[in-house]
Amino acid sequence: MSSLSVDHLIGIKHLQRSDIELIYKTAENFKDVINRPIKKVPSLRDITIANLFFENSTRTKLSFELAEKRLSADVINFSSGSSSVKKGETLIDTVNNILAMKVDMVVMRHPNPGAPYFLSQHVDAKIVNAGDGTHEHPTQALLDTFSIREKLGDLEGKKVVIVGDILHSRVALSNIYCLQKMGAEVMVCGPATLIPKYINELGVKVSHNLREALNWCDVANMLRIQLERQDMAYFPSLREYSMMFGLTKEILDSLDKEIIVMHPGPINRGVEITSDVADSGQSIILEQVENGVAVRMAVLYLLAGKIERES
Amino acid sequence: MKLLNTEQLSIIITRLCHQLIENHGDFENTVIIGLQPRGVFLAKRIVSQLKQLTGVDQINHGALDITFYRDDFRRKDEMAAASETDIEFEIEGLNVILIDDVLYTGRTIRAGLDAMLTFGRPKRVELLVLIDRRFSRDLPIQPNYTGRVVDSIASERVAVDWKETEGEDCVTLFKKVKDNE
Repeated sequence: MSSLSVDHLIGIKHLQRSDIELIYKTAENFKDVINRPIKKVPSLRDITIANLFFENSTRTKLSFELAEKRLSADVINFSSGSSSVKKGETLIDTVNNILAMKVDMVVMRHPNPGAPYFLSQHVDAKIVNAGDGTHEHPTQALLDTFSIREKLGDLEGKKVVIVGDILHSRVALSNIYCLQKMGAEVMVCGPATLIPKYINELGVKVSHNLREALNWCDVANMLRIQLERQDMAYFPSLREYSMMFGLTKEILDSLDKEIIVMHPGPINRGVEITSDVADSGQSIILEQVENGVAVRMAVLYLLAGKIERES
Repeated sequence: MKLLNTEQLSIIITRLCHQLIENHGDFENTVIIGLQPRGVFLAKRIVSQLKQLTGVDQINHGALDITFYRDDFRRKDEMAAASETDIEFEIEGLNVILIDDVLYTGRTIRAGLDAMLTFGRPKRVELLVLIDRRFSRDLPIQPNYTGRVVDSIASERVAVDWKETEGEDCVTLFKKVKDNE
């Protein structure tokens, strides 16, 4: 199979296993491309992509923009801070105004869960979700699992623990869907207040003890404590969180096996992960960033292949 | 209709190898690149025979995928699947021999040249093909080394089979009955 079963990338939930495998395979080819002296292919030279970021982002936006440029697409950027959204324009109006300038694809980050799906129903462009509220962040999950697969060869039967703020994390939800579709076992670990009440419905294990979780897993994905989403106190203090759930070199060295440490960034050094762990040989944080560009190129390329050409 | 059987194919490959040796000697400044997916089989054959004939142990050779450089992206119903690119050497300032099995419209070679140039600026590029369908060219591209020239029309198809994948070395011309066959 060489094309995706979906027309938009809204969430991992809607992908088939074969779609994910196709994205991995295509991303491997693009990873090769971005390591050449000339890191660019002409595939999307007749495609225009709008990056609409209604919520702050640095690395995801840069990663998408670089992926688009490596594919030779034309790129326009928009962030809500400086836009008409503040003047009261609706989402559909904003997007339709942008599409009137002949845009073929939209990469969107939005604070409201479901915004990319809503858009895909109402506008004529391919939509890529770059994070919608606390719902999904599909390209992050694809690059995380791609990085694990690159390190361990396969995801089938592998044990992955996601540590931290599961309640507010779109990275966690997308990762859970993606890992399970690829046959990995998932555990979530964090303070009880940051684990959603009905998380068991997703078929994941739950632990409130970091050491127990680390002893079980092959890979630990340490999430950032999202201070901007903590509108109430979920734990007494950052210091206490760090003592209970922060990953230190001491814990890592006391484990029986060498586990892989991941972090989607940006890191709060000394909170969820100490500096010596983040910079250790077991950490693949920078590989994740490199793979992010390749995976996003694969997603954009495969979705662009579904755009009908005007003849 | 069978165009070449195993024996004829073997004679042609040997002849092509001798022509390459005539121009490139011990391959010190020459690298060989097979185009994915089908050109790599021919490239491997040629490299192993060149090593036998010249006694040189090391001839740099690799595989190049051209999927992302094609000019028919979004023009076909089915997207082409990408293959691996494996070029573990420098091509800057060297002679490059591009190898493919069948030269038809020339569009694959055009894409191959673009893809190859992302690895550097070679001194000189030559093209070797097993089958040249000479009346079907869309672009001004001609091979430097040709196995066999075939006069065929657009509705026909030429297939090159290899022992490694199809069980037998041979070249066959198919008359297409329908578009999909």
